[in-house]
Amino acid sequence: MRYYRLPDFRGHFGEFGGRFVPEILMPALQELEQAYIKAKKDKMGFQKELSFYLRQYAGRPTPLYFARRLTEYLGGAKIYLKREDLAHTGSHKINNTLGQVILAGRMGKKRIIAETGAGQHGVATATAAAVFGFPCQVYMGEEDIKRQEINVFKMRLLGAKVVPVGLGSRTLKDAINEAIRDWATNVEETFYVLGSVVGPHPYPVMVRDFQSVIGKELKRQILVQEKKLPDVLIACVGGGSNSIGMFYPFLQEKVELIGVEAAGFGLSTAFHGATLAKGTVGVLHGSKNFLLQDNNGQILPTHSVAAGLDYPGVGPEHSYLKRTGRVKYTTVGDEEALDAFRLLTRLEGIIPALESSHAIAYALKTAPSMDKRATCVVNLSGRGDKDVQLVNERLQNE
Amino acid sequence: MSNIKATFDVLQKRGEKAFIPFLTLGYPDMKTCMDLILELEKRGADIIELGIPFSDPLADGPVIQNASYEALRGGVTLKKAIKFVSKLREKTSIPLIFMGYYNPVFKFGQERFVQQAKDAGVDGLILADLPPEEGEDIRQMAKEKDLALIFLLTPVSSEARIKLISSISEGFIYCVSYTGITGGGEEKQTMLTSLLHKIKSCSKTPVVIGFGISSPSQAKKASRLADGVIVGSAIIRKIMENKGKDDMVNKVGDFALSLCQAVK
Repeated sequence: MRYYRLPDFRGHFGEFGGRFVPEILMPALQELEQAYIKAKKDKMGFQKELSFYLRQYAGRPTPLYFARRLTEYLGGAKIYLKREDLAHTGSHKINNTLGQVILAGRMGKKRIIAETGAGQHGVATATAAAVFGFPCQVYMGEEDIKRQEINVFKMRLLGAKVVPVGLGSRTLKDAINEAIRDWATNVEETFYVLGSVVGPHPYPVMVRDFQSVIGKELKRQILVQEKKLPDVLIACVGGGSNSIGMFYPFLQEKVELIGVEAAGFGLSTAFHGATLAKGTVGVLHGSKNFLLQDNNGQILPTHSVAAGLDYPGVGPEHSYLKRTGRVKYTTVGDEEALDAFRLLTRLEGIIPALESSHAIAYALKTAPSMDKRATCVVNLSGRGDKDVQLVNERLQNE
Repeated sequence: MSNIKATFDVLQKRGEKAFIPFLTLGYPDMKTCMDLILELEKRGADIIELGIPFSDPLADGPVIQNASYEALRGGVTLKKAIKFVSKLREKTSIPLIFMGYYNPVFKFGQERFVQQAKDAGVDGLILADLPPEEGEDIRQMAKEKDLALIFLLTPVSSEARIKLISSISEGFIYCVSYTGITGGGEEKQTMLTSLLHKIKSCSKTPVVIGFGISSPSQAKKASRLADGVIVGSAIIRKIMENKGKDDMVNKVGDFALSLCQAVK
């Protein structure tokens, strides 16, 4: 893949992407697109402000940590962890929310809304809204509110209003529906901070660009630490923002890229979130991509122990990268992810988010059979404090 | 001449406006839905808009969402919706418009859908999440088969979009009365008046106002500005309130009549 310049000007990644939204949102998306194009070029203004906040406020660059004990334990490739869990608010989500909220200010918007699944994006949005002085409203499925209670509490402390969504499957998908409805109703003064590389153009490209700081840093760091590019990059994929952020600067390099989806209870059951593994092409939340849907085009319920991976869609760019074969997509189930969660905690003293634990779990499977000189970088996209209660309950039940 | 255009031509000659009630197809069930359509026609509806249920209706408010979920639980699919229209056509020739979301149509196959819907007797189609930019293929297909593909305009639409959509919307132009989803608040009269003025200055296609019209007095105001009025959530709410009662169909009919008289 030598020349990669996607999306096109209409937001298409090959057959995927685009802008499938009610007419009421078209002017807002065009306005956002124009503002983003301008901001991207504005090196001395927007970019300077964003990089200041990423550095001084969010704590970037995040370390690239050589996981010595994990590597010894597995006895194969050297494993590095890109420590997004150490970014402010505990996940990669802050990279994107700072970008979007700074943009909102420059566009003269008065109010911030967001959806959230695991609550990481909600917390990161509420944080950015707090530091830039915006009122903030976060939509969250009732199911997710139950399993990620700590994040709900954090958002409220940060001054955000958390609105429970009791419709449909009461998870991330329905939170996005409700956020879009809010945006359509209050479109003129509201900025919708979308948390993943999904949704209508320009969100997939804008969120990718903001998250690409992960891959750019990683490239610099690994060249210093290993004097060569890594052999394999591994990241979990729900909507796909941490993985795209890590992969994008490596798309044109000779590096194997592996995205890990949630297999939940197993791919042969109806309880998983493996959109790329089991989905078909369709349109949801404003873009064309792979979807978990039935034969009548109705969206199917999903399941993962990790709320952030519990989503029936996936970003259009991931759909494209699967179609072209540039990225290999695989799956990891609930139990494997929970095992990886415990193993990393014990061996490295790092409690990973359950989402990131899926990526760790795949590294556990693949690293032992790799050459000892090979390097494998796992995106530790978030920390697991939010999951401690849930994991504890499961352990007690065992 | 299309069924929709013929209807507007007749109304215009009479100096009347179109009353277009909305029902969710298969709500509260298939049989009652058919009874409701026939009742609405009897009470003066000029065109019927039928919502095709979808699992993620992000342009709809809570009332239509709930009707949509219930219809889905009752097993409504696009295939059944088309069959429903074939059966309905044995009883009435009132113009029918399907309003739905793009994914079920995409999954069904756009060409197959356009063909089968037209053959069954559907006259028009609104896809709430398909702007013209992404809908060029289905627009051509619909044009060939003479199925009117209707697009929406809103008070926040730019001049360029007003020109674009006025020139491609078939049957009528669906004008959203306020910014937002179906079934809410008060209309923003001045923005709306200005929008209608702009549309009328560049197009002869009839303009219909929908979203947020829930009472005869609102319907009356809207009808003065446009060629027709769509009422959705308020009618579904009336069905919900009277669900299970023997005279439900009649009650909905009474309400429709009051709206219709306000519009005419």
